[in-house]
Amino acid sequence: MSVPTHDIPPASGAESGADPVAHGEAAEREPRWKRLPVVWQRRRSVGLQRGMLIAGLLLCAMFVLMAVLAPLIAPYGFNQLSDAEGNFPRQAAPSAQFWWGTTVGGYDVFSRVIWGAQTAVLTVLLAVLASIFLGIALGLISGYLGGWLDRILVTIADAIYAFPSLLLAIVVSIVISGGESGFMSGILAAALSITVVFVPQYFRVVRAETVRLKAEPFVESTRVLGASTPRILSRHVLRNATRSLPLIITLNASEAILTLAGLGFLGFGINPTAAAEWGYDLNRAISDVAGGIWWTGVFPGAAIVLLVLGITLVGESLNDLSDPRLRMRRRPTRLPRKTAAAMKGAA
Amino acid sequence: MTVVQNHTEPEAATQPAVSINDLRISFSTDAEPVQAVDGVTLHVQPGEVLAIVGESGSGKTVTAKSILGLLPDNATVSGAVVLEGNDVVQLSASQLRQVRGRDVAMVFQEASTALNPVFTVGWQIAEGLRAHGKYSKKQARERAVEILGTVGIPDPEKRVDHYPHQFSGGQKQCVVIAMALALGSQVIVADEPTTALDVTVQAEILDLLRRVRDDFGRAIVLITHNMGVVADLADRVAVMYHGKVVEEAAVRDLFANPQHEYTQHLLGAVPRLGAQRVYRPAPVASTGEPVTPVVEARDLQIVYPGRLGRSGFHAVKDVNFTIAPGEVLGLVGESGSGKTTIGRAIVGLTRATGGSLSVLGHEMVGFNERAFRPLRSRVGFVFQDPATSFNPLLTVGEAIAEPLLIHGLAEDAAGAKQKVQALLDAVHLPTHYAQRYPHELSGGQRQRASLARALALDPELLVADEPTSALDVSVQARVLEVFSELQERLGFATLFISHDLAVVGMLADHIGVLYRGQLVEHGTGEQVLTDPQHPYTQRLLASVPVPDPVEQRQRREALAAHRAAGDEVQQPL
Repeated sequence: MSVPTHDIPPASGAESGADPVAHGEAAEREPRWKRLPVVWQRRRSVGLQRGMLIAGLLLCAMFVLMAVLAPLIAPYGFNQLSDAEGNFPRQAAPSAQFWWGTTVGGYDVFSRVIWGAQTAVLTVLLAVLASIFLGIALGLISGYLGGWLDRILVTIADAIYAFPSLLLAIVVSIVISGGESGFMSGILAAALSITVVFVPQYFRVVRAETVRLKAEPFVESTRVLGASTPRILSRHVLRNATRSLPLIITLNASEAILTLAGLGFLGFGINPTAAAEWGYDLNRAISDVAGGIWWTGVFPGAAIVLLVLGITLVGESLNDLSDPRLRMRRRPTRLPRKTAAAMKGAA
Repeated sequence: MTVVQNHTEPEAATQPAVSINDLRISFSTDAEPVQAVDGVTLHVQPGEVLAIVGESGSGKTVTAKSILGLLPDNATVSGAVVLEGNDVVQLSASQLRQVRGRDVAMVFQEASTALNPVFTVGWQIAEGLRAHGKYSKKQARERAVEILGTVGIPDPEKRVDHYPHQFSGGQKQCVVIAMALALGSQVIVADEPTTALDVTVQAEILDLLRRVRDDFGRAIVLITHNMGVVADLADRVAVMYHGKVVEEAAVRDLFANPQHEYTQHLLGAVPRLGAQRVYRPAPVASTGEPVTPVVEARDLQIVYPGRLGRSGFHAVKDVNFTIAPGEVLGLVGESGSGKTTIGRAIVGLTRATGGSLSVLGHEMVGFNERAFRPLRSRVGFVFQDPATSFNPLLTVGEAIAEPLLIHGLAEDAAGAKQKVQALLDAVHLPTHYAQRYPHELSGGQRQRASLARALALDPELLVADEPTSALDVSVQARVLEVFSELQERLGFATLFISHDLAVVGMLADHIGVLYRGQLVEHGTGEQVLTDPQHPYTQRLLASVPVPDPVEQRQRREALAAHRAAGDEVQQPL
């Protein structure tokens, strides 16, 4: 007969029968804004991941501020070639009057870069919004209903993937704007051409999630209850299928900027008189490079790089933070290692 | 160390195969660090099976994994795990690699994921051998054949070149155990080695593990929540609760005379075969008049369509049964026997393809969703996994109100509030749980909420698909209690699907036994459990390990005799 001789912990720990108390209630529910996507991740982050996220957020915030306050910050208009003192000089080096110099066309570089932020932010917003709505709607319907509609949509999405995205954007921008463009129509053309490229991505992600959710017991249980398809889609599938979207949005937004700049660089963007656009300015700066005129190219180029970097940093760190396996955590304070050494001796 | 080993065996003086001393493991999480293991001290002698039991979250798996140094990055460990003179906690990665396989090996719950699907099993065994010693290709292969024969894989010369998918689930588990044996590991950590297996296969794996102990003298650390398995295999048992070992005793002492309150509770909650409830005659029987059954299956066929050019898979063949109003029919069978398919066909989630299946008078063969929708309010369904059967973004209250809203019994969530509270009350959940989200409830609470949702429309028929198989034993007992209380009070007919004969025996008026899509036995609960007619049912009943080491030993011998008597049920019927 062997009886457990080691001390048994007090029986209070072993409360009987009832289910263990759910631990969720202990941390009383946080206010809603603290659970919003980016805010939630920021509060969870530590170390390098936190640094990346905050750097990205700061860069993005800077550009958004630039866009909103452009009329206040920029000393001149984006298409201003002269002021009270007469025409601006061409290719003038940075000076007190023109902080970052002037371009070959006589525009003030500093003002163009500031106004360019407005164009970029507006285009990205429009492009992302349009592609989200289209992509989600198509993805949900295609994934849930399946059948021939699903096959056709997936094939189309694949076909769009197969095109080089810039080429597609060029074609669409020509179709939409007919080559000529003002401020709004130019932005719209650029945004829509980016939309066409990005809809398949949202479509794919939402469709894949929908196909997965369709087989989840909670969706099946709603089917068993006799709910109609629109109700299942709107109440049960939609909100669960969009969890990974904030991530794709940030990643796509940076691509949208590059596409916009690419369109402008190739001359399919917005007229310099209609709006400031970094890609166009870079294009005009090509010939300056050989002449040692650096300021016309460096500043718009740096603006593109920084904005893309900012958005990508946010996206990448969101990706890491939303995956529990990649998320870094604070390590607990070390526990005493008293027995280890003793045991070693014994063994 | 404060712990004194009270061993009756004389070998207590020999060096233990594993010593765990004051092991503490905590995990850093988003919130507070979680203390998973809190001062555990355990010793395992060579040739001994130590079972660690406890419910999920008690730290039993983490303790066992620490023996192999298999803890995730966010774990902080203190204490010592001494294995062949090495403290695993202190070893570097390359030293750990030496220890794993040579000194200690692990058998996982899912053998299919522990084997690499793109290599033959012979290659995988050889891979381990060559990592730890000098073997030529030929020698390694010979050793692999030999060891496969030892664990009872028939025809090992041929099977050594087969891929994992060509083995059955039980055989895969045998192969994993063979790998551990081939390397000569002195300690084998088996983490729920039979949980994913059917009960008849489970008995074979337990036999194999017993041979590993007796013939090879290996120490086994067995982690399980199944007290029947413990009674069958273990020499000593450690009961874990909240990261602590609350009781440690030889297996007979533990079952005969549990000391700790938690152990007593745990043993009390285990459903026992034959300990069924007082038999209650089904309401139909009393009237004598034929009552229209709620569900009537006549020669029911369910075929899953095959790929192009292939014939379909016959999941259910010629099944006949009826469920009278207020009757509980238990459907048992192994995985793949078609029991879940029948349940899903009754609620129209799977299409019945042949014969006749009438649910509340509606023919389900070739059914039309639109025509069946009005009847849906009269049928409830409880799913197996409470973790996934709730929309994570709706509160429990909203989820339970959902059926009321869909069928127009309430205008909005506010209108349904009263009914939702009554339902929560009926399943013994506090009414303020309506504001909680599903992840804030424990598994058992969620399953009770799931029952509340299924009963929201006062259905005449409830289909419960393995409602307790994802739950711990103690929680399962509570859910079953609530279920049978409600069933008695509301009198709905039930199809109760389970692989656990003891659970079905507790609840069902009638029991149907499915085997490979056919109903091989059908009768009252008493008939089937005490006097089974079909050889498969007999074998099934004999294979269930009972939570009593003395009785289990007799049953084991009876099963061996039964198996020797004839293997006819092994063949397809």
